[in-house]
Amino acid sequence: MTTPVHADHDPHSEPLKTPLYDAHVALGARMVPFAGYLMPVQYEGILAEHAHCRAAAGLFDVSHMGQATLRGPDHATVARALEALVPADILGLEPGRQRYSQLLNERGGILDDLMVHRAPGADGPLGLVVNAARKVADYAHIAARLPDDVLLEIHEERALLALQGPEAADVLTSLGADVAGWDFMDVGPASIAGIPAVVSRSGYTGEDGFEISVNADTAAGLWTILTRDSRVRPIGLGARDSLRLEGGLCLYGHDIDETTTPVEAGLLWSIQKRRREDGGFPGADVVRAQIAEGVARKRVGIRPDGRAPARDGTEIVDGNGVAIGHVTSGGFGPTVGGPVAMGYVAAVHSRPGTSIGLVVRGKTLPAEIVFLPFVPARFHRAPK
Amino acid sequence: MTKYYTEDHEWIAVTGNVATLGITDYAQAQLGDVVFVEVPSIGRKVKKGEETAVVESVKAASEVYAPVTGTVVAANEPLADSPITVNEDPEGAAWFCKIELADPSELEVLMDEAAYKAFVEGL
Repeated sequence: MTTPVHADHDPHSEPLKTPLYDAHVALGARMVPFAGYLMPVQYEGILAEHAHCRAAAGLFDVSHMGQATLRGPDHATVARALEALVPADILGLEPGRQRYSQLLNERGGILDDLMVHRAPGADGPLGLVVNAARKVADYAHIAARLPDDVLLEIHEERALLALQGPEAADVLTSLGADVAGWDFMDVGPASIAGIPAVVSRSGYTGEDGFEISVNADTAAGLWTILTRDSRVRPIGLGARDSLRLEGGLCLYGHDIDETTTPVEAGLLWSIQKRRREDGGFPGADVVRAQIAEGVARKRVGIRPDGRAPARDGTEIVDGNGVAIGHVTSGGFGPTVGGPVAMGYVAAVHSRPGTSIGLVVRGKTLPAEIVFLPFVPARFHRAPK
Repeated sequence: MTKYYTEDHEWIAVTGNVATLGITDYAQAQLGDVVFVEVPSIGRKVKKGEETAVVESVKAASEVYAPVTGTVVAANEPLADSPITVNEDPEGAAWFCKIELADPSELEVLMDEAAYKAFVEGL
């Protein structure tokens, strides 16, 4: 039998540990190298963890991700500096709000995707959260392109936890955090069982939930307090991947990379009107031409007819067996109860309902293009 | 019945001239939750080391190799409908297929239970 190989492992470097490493080991997690860190891939099992997160509340250690702050004299100066690198409207980002965007190259390709937040009352600082495997490259890219009056501050001293699922808000509220009235993508300070944190109502599961940034020296204490709540169970990277796949959310290096643009990736919603009209970000000419004229290929959802999962790299063919694209993420969707995938296909084949074939182990298996996400998002929208 | 093991974590249980093939308890624990199984069709000729069955967990696909050369004379088709059986009873109900041995001398290089146990402890 072939043994599963986990991605993103550089065997030549000693993996790093997050401040929660000992907590994972104590919980019996299976630790694997991921993006340069030893991370928990599963505790009790991926299917059980996945189901628990959708039913109650799942706790994730995402301390491997990069946390940083851009600092400058005022919001407009810092926002303009970041807008030179990303296509989102950062100038219009309100205090207490977070926005999803991408660092783009000159061809409109995605160097990384990231979250940008502006703390309540902040007139200058912008918080960034970037992918673990990309953070070193991202920081160098950003720092090299900032004006003299804007600085990038990297927060190696901070840990990041995510609490996701329908019970997440109640769990935090019961620990004294006043987050019940927050809207999806709201950001602000919160005290959780007396531990100071910066919290955003967001995540990577398609569920309501929160990402919680704390000082590294308080992370293990907060983790213990959260896991003491019977509604909360720890969730590893395995279920994190199946949850985000069912949520139709992109994984950097798979569904998006330097060769895919936000338009091809179906991320046009993250480029606000002013930026589409005015440009002024790397690759703006490519992106704006794609908006105006359409794209040659698109990211789509794929539902295999049978039981066999189609993994990353699987060739996609049309009814005549002609190659039309490939799978970029694929596996078993525990909530769906069957295989699910995402990939890129030629735009003419991208309409939901289109029949396609997936070439798995030399056999062409029938599948269909479907709408994303596979499991409807349950983000919390506060009543206006 | 004599049971043999491979370094790739397959087991075969040999009765007379027929070997029943599966993966070990160690293998299922490494894989995690199994969500897909493909067994070979009856009549297929397999060579030693050839990919004979497929077992996939949520995370990854793994091939199951034939530890011996021969002909598939039985396949556990119902396993495809309950892949989780591989986690629950890997060395019992979750057999993949039965192979009629073409060359019983191939058994000589396989491990017995004690040797396999020592092999796994060394991993």
